[in-house]
Amino acid sequence: MSKRIETTDLNVYYSDFRAVEDVTITIQPRAITAFIGPSGCGKSTFLRTLNRMHEVIPGARVEGEVLLDGENLYGAGVDPVRVRRQVGMVFQRPNPFPTMSIRENVLAGIKLNFSRMPKGEQDDLVERSLRSANLWEEVKNRLGLPGSGLSGGQQQRRCIARAIAMAPAVLLMDEPCSALDPISTLAIEDLMSELKEKYTIVIVTHNMQQAARVSDTTAFFNIAGTGSPGRLIESGPTDKIFSTPDVQATEDYISGRFG
Amino acid sequence: MTAITHRLGSETLTAGRLPKATIPVAIAASAVLGYALAVLASGTANIGLAILFAFLVFLVTVEITTRVVEGARQAADRRAGNLIAGAFLLALVPLGSVTFEAVSNGLARFDLAFFTQSMRNVVGEGGGAVHAIYGTVYVTGMATVISVPIGLLTAIYLAEYGVRNRLSKAITFFVDVMTGVPSIVAGLFAYALMGLLLGPGARSGFEGSIALSVLMIPVVVRSCEELLRLVPNELREAAYALGVPKWLTIVRVVIPTAISGIISGVILAIARVIGETAPLLIAAGFTASLNNNLFANPMMTLPVFVYDSYAHPGTDVQVYWDRAWAGALTLILIVMILNLVGRLIARRFAPKTGR
Amino acid sequence: MTQKLTRPGTSRGAEPGPGTGAPDPKRRGDRVFRGFAMGAGILILVILALVAAFLLIQGSPALFADPAKLISQGYGEFLPWVLPYAFGTVWAAILALVLAVPVAVGIALFISHYSPRRLAQPLGYVIDLLAAVPSVVFGLWGSLVLAPAARPLYEWLSANLGFIPLFSGTVSGTGRTIFTAAIVLATMVLPIITSMCREVFLQAPRLHEEAALALGATRWEMVKMAVFPFARPGIIAAVMLGLGRALGETMAVTMVLSGTRNITFELLTSENPNTIAATVAQNFPEAFGLKTSQLIAAGLVLFLITLVVNMIARWIVSRRAEFSGAN
Repeated sequence: MSKRIETTDLNVYYSDFRAVEDVTITIQPRAITAFIGPSGCGKSTFLRTLNRMHEVIPGARVEGEVLLDGENLYGAGVDPVRVRRQVGMVFQRPNPFPTMSIRENVLAGIKLNFSRMPKGEQDDLVERSLRSANLWEEVKNRLGLPGSGLSGGQQQRRCIARAIAMAPAVLLMDEPCSALDPISTLAIEDLMSELKEKYTIVIVTHNMQQAARVSDTTAFFNIAGTGSPGRLIESGPTDKIFSTPDVQATEDYISGRFG
Repeated sequence: MTAITHRLGSETLTAGRLPKATIPVAIAASAVLGYALAVLASGTANIGLAILFAFLVFLVTVEITTRVVEGARQAADRRAGNLIAGAFLLALVPLGSVTFEAVSNGLARFDLAFFTQSMRNVVGEGGGAVHAIYGTVYVTGMATVISVPIGLLTAIYLAEYGVRNRLSKAITFFVDVMTGVPSIVAGLFAYALMGLLLGPGARSGFEGSIALSVLMIPVVVRSCEELLRLVPNELREAAYALGVPKWLTIVRVVIPTAISGIISGVILAIARVIGETAPLLIAAGFTASLNNNLFANPMMTLPVFVYDSYAHPGTDVQVYWDRAWAGALTLILIVMILNLVGRLIARRFAPKTGR
Repeated sequence: MTQKLTRPGTSRGAEPGPGTGAPDPKRRGDRVFRGFAMGAGILILVILALVAAFLLIQGSPALFADPAKLISQGYGEFLPWVLPYAFGTVWAAILALVLAVPVAVGIALFISHYSPRRLAQPLGYVIDLLAAVPSVVFGLWGSLVLAPAARPLYEWLSANLGFIPLFSGTVSGTGRTIFTAAIVLATMVLPIITSMCREVFLQAPRLHEEAALALGATRWEMVKMAVFPFARPGIIAAVMLGLGRALGETMAVTMVLSGTRNITFELLTSENPNTIAATVAQNFPEAFGLKTSQLIAAGLVLFLITLVVNMIARWIVSRRAEFSGAN
């Protein structure tokens, strides 16, 4: 159940400060789209507008529209809580709930919402989600434990399983590997390639090799200087962006001249 | 270009230093000298006087030797250090004395009768504080029942909803001001409130609970707010990203994560108000009998029992004062145990949040 | 197959597929919960206002009664009656602070800058234990232990320093003087002032401290150069908080003093000024009618005094918080 995302002239503000300016982009379903760019260019901020997570920060607001298969996330009467059940998110650092077991963490989205589900279905969902996250074999014998002994990479895959269990259409990943070692990073990247069969995946990354390795489409964000808003410079197939970008700034960034 | 040259005292790095043994030797010498001076001054060996003289002798000795060997700046440094350490030791005097006196005087009546009998029909010896202990449990328990929901919800508002808005600033300010409300004023407030509702002169355990709540709420708010702020934002975001509404996130993620701290904060708040005397004197009143009804008639509490035994002794004063000390010892033990339990819970059950 | 984003009506998602429940009462939950939390916060403001209001209502008969009636049925005309107690309250609190502040600042420095880092927390606990001792126990101790123990000191002071007005007059035979009460009060406010000073001292910028040490300052010079200037507003606020506590503390004074209604600066006699709080505590259980009103009105006076002191203290603290910024 993968969906297409389209934004047109999207602006993001923190109070009076415009953080992101006029982003128009189409994100394809069943593909991985990578956002790259220097620190502070607004790529994470933009990512968070795709499931209305930016609203958590007081004073943050959005102008423009984000269409999820044609339905505007910012339309009248749209409930941000419902948006987030369809657009899942994985964060920079693994953030499992410390008071819950591995199993409860995977079921967190359902349990926290008090949704009823027979035990059999729950077990089934836990297994499928953990299998999809390539974690099942490693934790199947300690589902009832808190799982504080898991490695950083396993924790992150557990958080991915938690997001998948909600059956989202889109999976947003905000630098999911930045706190992980290279081996764990590789495991997550493999997982992403598998997951794109079912989900629209958007990933923000600082690691350009990672963008080149896993993504189908790459979008480059940049800022003119401190205090000015971030802008989408260009986006296109990853091969093209990394070999023959249209804009000089993209080439400068990719070849490591700044950023 | 000439080189800059200075002459700051001597050019060597090893200026005059007192040998390491100086301080212990000075302490020993001043102890002996202080004792001798105390005997000379008062004729008897008064410990307090001896320590005072010893400390003065020590200060003077260190001052002179340091000034001669190391210089004026070092002497000032040592003087300040000695006075500061002296201040700390001075504070231990009342702490030690209170503990010692409460234990040594309190043990006389720290017996079975004290914990099984009330003061009903007791004029001289015997009797106990069971009515006061029950009363303290009732009154403090009710105060907790009133204060915790109000305090916790307010803390939630401050930490989760009203971040930096005007109302939350006002609440924070007045919660702080409320911490400074004199306890007797809290008692008068409860008395005045119940006086309006039930007619003048009404006293009950519940009235005491209201008085204690006024003192307890701000403590609960402050500790809970601090703890809620310690819960990492990442956990809130994780829940929001799963489509969990904010209030469920607070109830099912934020509070469970902070629960051990909240419980310990509540216990410490109880410890803080359980020894309050003045408000209960006003609002809950005195009685010699056990009263199991929180809502009618005066109810005795342990602190008021101590005060009453001390202030209104019968013919045999010592009997009453023994009971007062036994009550004081019980009260100290309760407060110490609550403090210990509170800190233990906070340390033991703190969940490992993030890294 | 599509899930709706808007509130009413939900359909099941595809695989793995959680059921997202009924037409959503949870969003209403958000409003209700927020309402409760905000209500609790507002309730606190209301309670504080009520404290003042009720004291005013119940105390007003004494405030506005005919003086003649007060003399016959109460304790006498209100202002002349309450002023000596107000003096006693302030005088006892100031004495307590004079004794407590230097010691408290010393202890705080000892914990923050002189003791080994590892010991700082346990030592802090030890001082906090002082705060845990119930006031009635301090009262008992002050009256039955400290007063007799301090009597020789008072006699010596009177004999040798009697020419100073503070120490003049006939020494009390029991040792239960306002000076004893002030020592007990000082012990009780000590942990409050200490813990706040300690916090402020610990926040003193490390960079400044190290800069001072690198210039060859001794530890005491470093404290004077880098810690005190930074901590001054914090110390002032701590002193004000201690003052608030000392003004309102009841039991220590009630149990140590058998105070009278007179204005005197003599510390060692048996004619001691009483405080408002102690007067209320001593007389309230037996009071009735207009006398009760008069005591409540006295409580209102005390409330207002402490309110002003505390508000000034908190104002200093919050101003400091705005200026200090991150470091």
